[in-house]
Amino acid sequence: VKLPESKLTAGSSIEPIPLPEKVIIPLHQNIGAPCNALVKRGDKVLTGQKIGDSEKYVNAPVHATVSGEITATTMVVNPPSGQVTEALVITSDGADKWVELEAPKNPEALSVEEILGRIRRAGIVGLGGATFPTHVKLSPPKGKNIDTVILNGCECEPYITSDHRVMLQYGEKVLSGLNIIKKVLSPDTIYIAIEDNKDDAIDHLEELTVAMGFKEDFKIIPLKSKYPMGAEKTLIGIILGREVPIGGLPLDVGVVVHNVSTAKAIHDAVFEGRPFVDRVVTVTGAVKNPKNLLVRLGTPLRSLIDYCGGIDGKANEVVLGGPMMGISQPALDFPVTKGTNCVLVKESRPIREQDCISCGKCLEVCPMHLMPTMFVRYVKASRYDACKEAYIDDCFECGACAYTCPANIPIVQYVKVAKSELIKRAATK
Amino acid sequence: VIPEREFLVSPGPHLWRGLSVSKIMYLVVLALMFPTAAGVYFFGYHALLVIAVSVATAVLTEYVTKKLRKRAFVMDGSAVVTGLLLALILPPTIPLWMVAVGSVFSIAIVKEAFGGLGHNIFNPALGGRAFMTACFSVKMTTWVLPMGFGADAVTSATPLSESFVWEGDKLSLYKALFLGNIGGSIGETSALLILIGGILLLALGIINWRIPGAYIGTVALLTLALGQDAIFHILAGGLMLGAFFMATDYVTSPITARGQIIFGIGAGILTAVIRRFGGLPEGVCYSILFMNAVTPLIDKYVKVRPYGLVKKVKNEG
Repeated sequence: VKLPESKLTAGSSIEPIPLPEKVIIPLHQNIGAPCNALVKRGDKVLTGQKIGDSEKYVNAPVHATVSGEITATTMVVNPPSGQVTEALVITSDGADKWVELEAPKNPEALSVEEILGRIRRAGIVGLGGATFPTHVKLSPPKGKNIDTVILNGCECEPYITSDHRVMLQYGEKVLSGLNIIKKVLSPDTIYIAIEDNKDDAIDHLEELTVAMGFKEDFKIIPLKSKYPMGAEKTLIGIILGREVPIGGLPLDVGVVVHNVSTAKAIHDAVFEGRPFVDRVVTVTGAVKNPKNLLVRLGTPLRSLIDYCGGIDGKANEVVLGGPMMGISQPALDFPVTKGTNCVLVKESRPIREQDCISCGKCLEVCPMHLMPTMFVRYVKASRYDACKEAYIDDCFECGACAYTCPANIPIVQYVKVAKSELIKRAATK
Repeated sequence: VIPEREFLVSPGPHLWRGLSVSKIMYLVVLALMFPTAAGVYFFGYHALLVIAVSVATAVLTEYVTKKLRKRAFVMDGSAVVTGLLLALILPPTIPLWMVAVGSVFSIAIVKEAFGGLGHNIFNPALGGRAFMTACFSVKMTTWVLPMGFGADAVTSATPLSESFVWEGDKLSLYKALFLGNIGGSIGETSALLILIGGILLLALGIINWRIPGAYIGTVALLTLALGQDAIFHILAGGLMLGAFFMATDYVTSPITARGQIIFGIGAGILTAVIRRFGGLPEGVCYSILFMNAVTPLIDKYVKVRPYGLVKKVKNEG
């Protein structure tokens, strides 16, 4: 679907926000296993010091993002899963004293194993929102041949401009990171996918690929601004005409997709030995001064909104993420985590759900070619097995259906209910 | 720590296109203004009264039935659409009390008794018309020539009936059918103005081409195959109005693209067969009603192929 773009901050340079007095670091910030705390209350920590890790493979460690003292452990509710996660609170000493970064003398000479080790140690996860550990995504199982890498700079949700600004301001690092990905996966083809509402980013990266000598290797593909263009499976379908099998991953069709901000983080980790402690967050909507901020992970949302001049007018809802897939927050205590790309402040819109009129518009807009309205019917009749048979697990909850629905049915919410019910049932079997 | 609730939370997505059910209904009403204007132009004051009575009765009936069912009455425009559509498919000289009876039946029985908007099986306007044909068979089959305002009504056969005679060449007949200067129901005579309304709905994305295209296309091909005049069959009777405004009713037509094409083809076959072999001169109303009845079955068996429904691709090497 075509969405109103509302990219208020597309022209705003990234501003670093002052160090917060304290940060809250959840120990579970990736898809996969949570971290175990490596420090306890009263311990002194340095910026970039690893404070949580796990033996599990599908995991990414977490780091202290300010220097100071661990003053508390707390529990936070982790969106979007709703799982309660342990978190460490660090009270800053204001000095921002860093651990010694181990920058390699000759980054070009690093082996694939060394590169993957550095990426894991830096705690990098997919920054497009999925938060899947990057070193895992860069280690395809034996027998899977990766012929194509797509660097995803689509940023198809309205309002969000963090990837856009990263491409404009850290373009060299993004391309350098992509070059590292190339070295690890050695694909035949590499695409950089950017929606055509970001002309300046397309032009900028085009120039940089020439200047940095990547002209032959990286092919920039401007795409129509059409939601959800940036979803992995949509992107693979549009660019390559390949369909990822149901329940499968892009690597099943020989493709790996990485986000532009992830590529930048990979560069920082490999070339500078810098752990992933800060990221760009778009703070937008009904705040006095919408901005793109460079934020230390763990900074409470309140600090971001205060820095942007506070909430404007009658706004009474705060969404973590973009307007389509973001999650409403009950309070501003939650911190910025690895997957936070946007904080959207808005006036809450009441949902007046009517009965389905079978217009079929949700079918037309579904990128996965599912029948969203049928999920609603099945859930209303408690027919969860029918949802499963209708491939509900293939729905990635982009919300295009509910956006379009004339009857204002919160279809995604019904889908979530069905999915959690199916998980519950599978667990009790 | 359970954070103090400071903000409202709501499920995503946090954007809505805003093309609501009632907006769609009023856009359909807007599109129907073209054939409505033609009907009033050709058939005069009484046609206007028929339209007014039909719409007012429909809205009132919806209000009363909602109260009786203890449901909230929402002026969503769907009753206006039903009342207007019913009026457009009635003979211009139909007595007003009959119009009211038909309009009550459309809303109270065909729509609300099935659960209201979204739950009805049959198109309410067509259901009301079928009921009126059964009750008032003489008045429902009395047709007049367009008389505009003031002139006396002259009884005439409709183009599709066996007794219809056209004194003139084929081209002048096509022209009369296209512009609407010919006998028939209030809103079905002018193919041109129906097309304008239909194209408006297509352009706004309210309807898609599948049902009207498959429907009209099938009638054209089949009448041609049966050795008849395809252009005449497209322009005459209620086909245009039915294809663009009745068969495309969301609630009573299939939700999948393939289902919609099946629906259109089915209605087309039935219409051509009724017109050629049936005892009635016209078959649009019953064809669509029949396909309405088949729609749940179509939706049960015609599914969309989900993205990625392929055999696991072997990717080795």
